[in-house]
Formats: sequence, C-alpha cells, structure tokens
Amino acid sequence: MTDKSAIRAEADRLRALFEARGAEVFETDILQPAGALLDLYGEDIRARAFTTHDPLRGEMMLRPDFTMPLVQRHVTEGRDDGRYAYAGEVFRRQEDDPDRDAEYLQVGYEIFGGKVAVEADAEVFAAFAEILAPLGLRPATGDIGLLRAAIEGLDTSAARKAALMHHLWRPRRFRGLLNRCGQVTPAAEWRDAGSGIEFGLRTRAEVVARLDALETERAVAPLGAAVIGSIDALLDIRGKAPDALAALREIASELPSILPAIEVLATRLAALDALSVDADSLDFEVSYGRTTLEYYDGFVFGFFADQRPGLPPVASGGRYDALSRAIGGACGRPAVGGVLRPGLMLGLGSGS
Amino acid sequence: MTLKLGVPSKGRLMNDTFAWFGERGVKLGLSGGAREYAGRVEGADKVELVLLAAVEIPRELAAGRIHLGVTGIDMARERLARWDSQVAEVQRLGFGKAELVIAVPDFWVDVTTLDDLDEVATAFRDVHGHRLRIATKYHRLVRGFLRDNEVSDYQLVDSQGATEGTVKNLQAEAIADITTSGATLRDNHLRALDDGRILASEATLFKTRASVWDGGVREAWECLQSRLGLA
Repeated sequence: MTDKSAIRAEADRLRALFEARGAEVFETDILQPAGALLDLYGEDIRARAFTTHDPLRGEMMLRPDFTMPLVQRHVTEGRDDGRYAYAGEVFRRQEDDPDRDAEYLQVGYEIFGGKVAVEADAEVFAAFAEILAPLGLRPATGDIGLLRAAIEGLDTSAARKAALMHHLWRPRRFRGLLNRCGQVTPAAEWRDAGSGIEFGLRTRAEVVARLDALETERAVAPLGAAVIGSIDALLDIRGKAPDALAALREIASELPSILPAIEVLATRLAALDALSVDADSLDFEVSYGRTTLEYYDGFVFGFFADQRPGLPPVASGGRYDALSRAIGGACGRPAVGGVLRPGLMLGLGSGS
Repeated sequence: MTLKLGVPSKGRLMNDTFAWFGERGVKLGLSGGAREYAGRVEGADKVELVLLAAVEIPRELAAGRIHLGVTGIDMARERLARWDSQVAEVQRLGFGKAELVIAVPDFWVDVTTLDDLDEVATAFRDVHGHRLRIATKYHRLVRGFLRDNEVSDYQLVDSQGATEGTVKNLQAEAIADITTSGATLRDNHLRALDDGRILASEATLFKTRASVWDGGVREAWECLQSRLGLA
C-alpha cells in the first residue's frame, strides 16, 4: 500500500506538469447534486457512485469524476476556449471486485474549444504519453467517430440510424438492431390500441404514435448483407495505426461515408507525429471505448500496465463533444481530456 | 455456543417455516405470547431460534450473527453484494414462491418485450424531458437485470409498498415487483413483459459463509442436518 501523502505529492507533481502546459487549476466540491449526474449518465451512475442524502439539498453523490462539474463551470462562465488541470479524490462503489479502490486520487487535463479538434486531441495524448513514458505502459487508441460516420451514412431511415447511434455503447443491443435493419420486419400482431384503461404520464396517443412509427419502419428497405458485413469488418479493425488506416481505406469502398472520419484519423496521426509521438507503433482499435461509459464520441485512449494484468487503466481519456453539448446546450464547446491515477503510477515506480 | 437459526418473525412466512421444520421433527415456536419475539426449539440440541424481520435476515447472515436463516431468494440477492460469497443456499423450502417481474400499463399495447421497453424509454425521454421511471424496492436486482439486457434511458424510483399504484399516482411509468398469481397486477391494469422475469424466488434456508462455525456449532448443524434429512 503506497503512503497516502506520497500519492498526494505525486498528484500535485502531475497537476503541476499540466499547469506548466498552460492549464488553470480547477477545484470543485466532493459532494455533487445527484440529479444532474443521474440525468446525464443514467441509472448506471447510481450503481457506481456513492449516493447520500442532504436534508435540504436532497440526493447528493460523492464526486464520481470531475468532468461534469468542470463542463458546467466552463459553460456557466460563458467561456469559449479553456484549458484546465485538477487533482482530487473521486469515489466509485465497487459491487463486484473487492480489490478495486472505492476512493482514489485522480489528476486530469482537459482542453475546451481550440481551433482544430485533432490538434487538441494530439496535444492531450502527447502530454499523457510524455508523462507516462518512464512507466513503459501500452497505449491503446480508438475513434468512436468512425462508427458514428458509418451509421450516419447507412441507406436507412433516420429512426433506425438514431437507434443505432443511441446503442453504440451497448454492443449486444447494437448487434440486434443491426441484424433487424438487415431483415424485412414481419407484420406484428398488436392488440387493438383502444384496449385497456389509460393512465399514467405516457398517453394512449404516444402508444398509437409508436405503432404508426413501427408500421412506417416496416416499409424501410432492409440493409444489404454487404453493408452489414462491412460494419462488422469495421468493428473488427485493430492493429498498428498505419495498418488500421490502410484497412479502413479498403473498407471505405463499401462505406464511403467514413472517408472524412478516416481523414480526421490520418490528420490526427500526423499531428501526433509532429508532437514526437511514434504514431507508426501506436495500437489502434475501432471498437476501443465502446464498452465504457456513454461519454466519448471521438478520439479515445487508454494506457495499460500489461505487467500487472487486472490493474485498471493507469490513464484514460478522449473527446466528449456530445457530453459537453448535453450539459451546455448551444454553449457547449468541443472538449477533449483525460485522467491519470497517481496511486497506480507510484505503484509502478513513477516519480522515483 | 449454540447454532442460531433466523426465521421471519411474523405472518405466513413464519408459519410456513415452522410447519416445514415441524414436518421434519423439529418443533419451532414462540416462547411466550404471540407478541413476544422469542422462540423455542424442540427436537434439536444446541439450536436457538432468532426471530427477525425477513428483510434483515440476509444482513444478519452476512455478519455471522446468525448461522442459518430462512428468507426469500429475492431478499438475499437484493440485500447482499456478491451474495454467493457471503451466504450459501442450503435448501429451497417449496413455499413463498413468487416472481420478480417488470410490468407496464396494460394499455401500452406496443410494449410486450424488453426491446419495446428500451425503445419506448428513449422516446419517452424525448417527449417528457426525463427518463422513464420504474418504481421498485429491488434496486440491485432490477438495475443488474436491465444492465445485462442493455436497457438504458430509465431511472429507478424507490417504492417500499403499494408499488402497483405508483403509475396511476404519476410517481412512475412502470414497475418491478414481486408477484405470485399476477392478480394484483391485473387489478391495477398492469401487465408483465413477456421477457421481463428478473428472478423466480422462494423461501430458502441459507447458511452464512462467515467464519463462525466453531465451538460446537458445526456439530449442532450436522445433527440438525440429519434430523431435517438434508445430510
């Protein structure tokens, strides 16, 4: 067990490294109102966060991360661009694994706005790579934007695309939906929409509207097997970045809508290269980040200690433009960032 | 040391438990009047009867304050994280059978499966500005079930009783509750989803996995086991 004051000192050292890159320090309360977190992350967050009750403020949570309060602050202050660093405790309930910490220090670095998204992506990743370099970790990268672009370009209804997009982070449901998009939907035998007593917030009109929508959906032409096969192939792409890029370009003949996203990836790799990251040896995986919190929607990354299997990622991060928009509405700025775990880093020999 | 057996302190569950042990030659009973929560045991040595609220039995087992306890499978799995690392099922007792199900208003003719519920939850959020609420007292079980089935866009609201009334009272849009015959659901114009069965429960004899089996307790348990025909 590493000494707590040593971890705190390491956290301060790491935060100072981000401050040296022009980040201003962000502080926020440990007790956060639960309502906004629940609305944003859904019921999953309640399973992962410590919930408590304030007699006057209602349901509160012990800070599960800094991201939401930071985005809120950035939006409330009406800022455009911004660059932040923070260090502090976060809390996670562990229902299944008694070896994982329920409380630990987290150090983060987040960039809002910026002229060119891929340059901000590269800047964040390069900062993490440089700080973590002495630990010999394995970086993993991905880009949720590719899958999003593939869905956007499908020759199917807006409703089906929206459903696929919504379930991007739930692989089995996504798979089921995709299969259904590839088939002619059989006529369903619903009971008469007039049956039963109407009560509750959801109205009979909503029931009728959904039945109508399902009927309309039935008329949508099913996706071809080739297209579905290409999506599967896309999801399976993994390897060194240049090889992944080549594989993506090949698949783009079936899924031309991903071409701009491929160019984004290529530009990002070039930007990483310009920041002295060895992009040629970087692992890239299209599905990376698909099973974490519904959070990131573009570039994603993590750093893993392969010599210590079972250890959570030492660092992770990515782009979360949609989250920022969900919190800030029209004022939500594009944002990218990541977090480090100083406790894990010390255990791996950092700072010595 | 005596072997402590926790039994629900009232109602049908208590009577059925007493009957189950009685049929096997172990007579359990209340020691004083019916209002006194102290018990007696005849027909087994070094066994002490502890009367507890059924919902507290999982916790007391986990803490090792009782060695054996009778409670529903639903209670044990709801109340204990990683339940099977804390308690073990000894015997299902064949009564107190019930199912934990997800139910929606019967007039939602467009919702018969979890897939429907998931789609409707997303649409509901767009229309009403908040997540579709499911009223329940089984938070851990319902959340785990919906996570495993990748249903999102819902929110649990706590309901400790009269859960079937929460939709009509605008506290929730759907419920997850224990049902035996389905009659209460039907009376409240609710209908279980075709694939919304979360758990089949029944009264079960559990034993603790805490290390409290020394000082003659194990021997008392072995005696009781053979008396009950479980060994």
